[in-house]
Amino acid sequence: MATEILMPALSPTMEEGTLAKWLVKEGDAVKSGQIIAEIETDKATMEFEAVDEGTVGKILVAEGTQGVKVNTPIAVLVEEGEAVPASGPSGASSGAAAPSSAKSDAPQSDEPPAAPAVVAAPVAVVSNASPDWAEGTAMKTMTVREALREAMAEEMRANGNVFLMGEEVGEYQGAYKISQGLLDEFGPKRVIDTPITEIGFAGIGVGAAWGGLSPIVEFMTFNFAMQAIDHIINSAAKTNYMSGGQLPCPIVFRGPNGAAARVAAQHSQDYAAWYAAIPGLRVVMPYSAADAKGLLKSAIRDPNPVVFLENEILYGRSFEVPDLPDFTIPFGKARIWREGSDVTIVSFGIGMAHALEAADQLAKDGISAEVIDLRTLRPIDYDTVLASVMKTNRCVTVEEGFPVGSIGNHLSAVIMERAFDYLDAPVVNCTGKDVPMPYAANLEKLALITPAEIVTAVKSVCYR
Amino acid sequence: MAARKSSEKSNVSKDELLKYYREMLLIRRFEEKAGQLYGMGLIGGFCHLYIGQEAVVVGLEACTKDGDKRLTSYRDHGHMLACGMEARGVMAELTGRVGGYSKGKGGSMHMFSREKHFYGGHGIVGAQVPLGAGLAMSDWYKGNDNVTFVYFGDGAANQGQVYETYNMAELWGLPVVFVIENNQYAMGTSMKRATKSTTLFGRGTAYGIPGEQVDGMDVLAVKAAGEKAVAHCRAGKGPYILEMMTYRYRGHSMSDPAKYRTREEVEKIKQEKDAIDHVRDLLVGAGHASEEDLKTIDKEIKAIVNDSADFAKESPEPQLSELWTDIYA
Repeated sequence: MATEILMPALSPTMEEGTLAKWLVKEGDAVKSGQIIAEIETDKATMEFEAVDEGTVGKILVAEGTQGVKVNTPIAVLVEEGEAVPASGPSGASSGAAAPSSAKSDAPQSDEPPAAPAVVAAPVAVVSNASPDWAEGTAMKTMTVREALREAMAEEMRANGNVFLMGEEVGEYQGAYKISQGLLDEFGPKRVIDTPITEIGFAGIGVGAAWGGLSPIVEFMTFNFAMQAIDHIINSAAKTNYMSGGQLPCPIVFRGPNGAAARVAAQHSQDYAAWYAAIPGLRVVMPYSAADAKGLLKSAIRDPNPVVFLENEILYGRSFEVPDLPDFTIPFGKARIWREGSDVTIVSFGIGMAHALEAADQLAKDGISAEVIDLRTLRPIDYDTVLASVMKTNRCVTVEEGFPVGSIGNHLSAVIMERAFDYLDAPVVNCTGKDVPMPYAANLEKLALITPAEIVTAVKSVCYR
Repeated sequence: MAARKSSEKSNVSKDELLKYYREMLLIRRFEEKAGQLYGMGLIGGFCHLYIGQEAVVVGLEACTKDGDKRLTSYRDHGHMLACGMEARGVMAELTGRVGGYSKGKGGSMHMFSREKHFYGGHGIVGAQVPLGAGLAMSDWYKGNDNVTFVYFGDGAANQGQVYETYNMAELWGLPVVFVIENNQYAMGTSMKRATKSTTLFGRGTAYGIPGEQVDGMDVLAVKAAGEKAVAHCRAGKGPYILEMMTYRYRGHSMSDPAKYRTREEVEKIKQEKDAIDHVRDLLVGAGHASEEDLKTIDKEIKAIVNDSADFAKESPEPQLSELWTDIYA
């Protein structure tokens, strides 16, 4: 049976090419894999191999011909003793399918894509900010450090597949003492000290998660996770999608994020906006001890990769935590820390400490600020923010990270799209300064966001 | 590449030789068909063919048991066929159709099968190495005797994360076989232009990992070395390195004209070292199969491959709503 040989596409972008040279002539026998022609693509001159065996019955496109479209028949291959069919491409024969590209017969628009996370029109919004625990619940005071430790210990007791891995998490008892005591309770197989090798143990953690475990990977700080970011994003966040849902990755990457004190540029970066940009990740950044505990427990149970951004300065701060046997906080639920009527201040992580301090000062000046803690940055609880802005008509965002491409920039866009008519002033983003973190005490202070700057920003949007 | 040592007078059974012949031939014919469909515009983007290297994965898969895991780079079609994944599902993923292993959302470089314990299909050179050690860690943690096979090339062997992984795998005694498929070219850069340390398996010595170099064009030599490596891992002795000396006949990807090596070099390997011809000679030489028998096998393989191509053309493109699924579990 005769087989048409078609002009091949030999690069991802090739639409046509030059048939530079024939290496066979009519009547020649060809074997599968034999190089039969040279073809110039938009990138290079390529050798073109025969797929089927047979005899070259007819060459349809002479060598030297330019602009030969992909899938044009360029020769006819016949079996031994077979006559050459009448010239001209006579419909597809067995070995070669009809020259139709996958693209051309694609359904143009048989159904609309699902709505994006943010819709354009102003719509009714309902705040999600219900209380996290019932009124009258017994409370205990604990530090953020203790809350994180308790969350891990409780989840490790409940599920034998949960384990902790990282630098100095075991015998040293944690570089910041978050894992203190865990080695004693759970042993070296579940509290694993790693060498200093971030990309290596991040990748091993992802593989272990695919293998059915629930790893908690501690980075001594998130600055060092830049060595491992390929596995956080390319391996952990994308594989469930790329596998058509076959390979979810239940892993938590956690550790301190952002500036500590006087450790300069390489150890003082807030990665919130970077990770929040990535579909497939959950991103959590708690402020209080109760949120640290409830959200870390949710993170360990979540079937998806979670980037859990802590803060060294907050580790030693104490908060009230509900004294419940199994207390969790869901992702995507903001917390209203302080109700107010004149302006909405939105923040997360250590930014909340500055925002609350600013709100106290503003109250003295007669400005009532509503303060919202996002708590999770992917997903973001847009509705609670929008409901508040629709009430106060003004918004200031607060974060420690760099100004370009910040979480505040994103919130500003969402507020503009969904609540533009409610705004009485432009949204202002308070961020860290657009500089690498300096070491000198006075310069470091200048680079960081301060309550005073937030007060100034609020007064500007209140025209005061 | 060293001359073939193994077994011209092998004691390998007829059935085993026929199995290797069929499996290697399936990979080669499948890849030739994939190249053809790429030429017709039915497969897009990057497409890296495994032609020439078939003996490596076929020989090692012969050493596996149920529960063992495997993963590799983006040159992954052969590994999937060898571990029992369906030709239809692989080809339909290449054409970006819903019948593909990733519903068309992964493509040539990103396919997976939980059922067959195939964990990708990874597009970032070297990334599969710690990922594979992590899969091995999950079995180590659970205390069973499963082994993970991590395949990577001589190019990936220069990535830093490979050595971070060697260090931890030996430190913890993880049951992982590191298989370096040394086809001697990292895209267009020959090994000699990339490193002075050209005995790749020997780099494990620094971490205490045993290993050896193997004629990767000889499926029987591959199988024998694989058995040794697997026994080491199953016995709880930690990782093992196999450096498979092999050769890819085609370019790095479909758009690579392969001008960095001579046609004579490629032809010489094809003539003298071809893995499929080797087994064919053994079969015919021992009287296990006639030319007629082999033609019958060729026809059967061709039918499987043509069927996969038909399926890959007929399977519909994914629903547009699939854009928004599988982002989260």
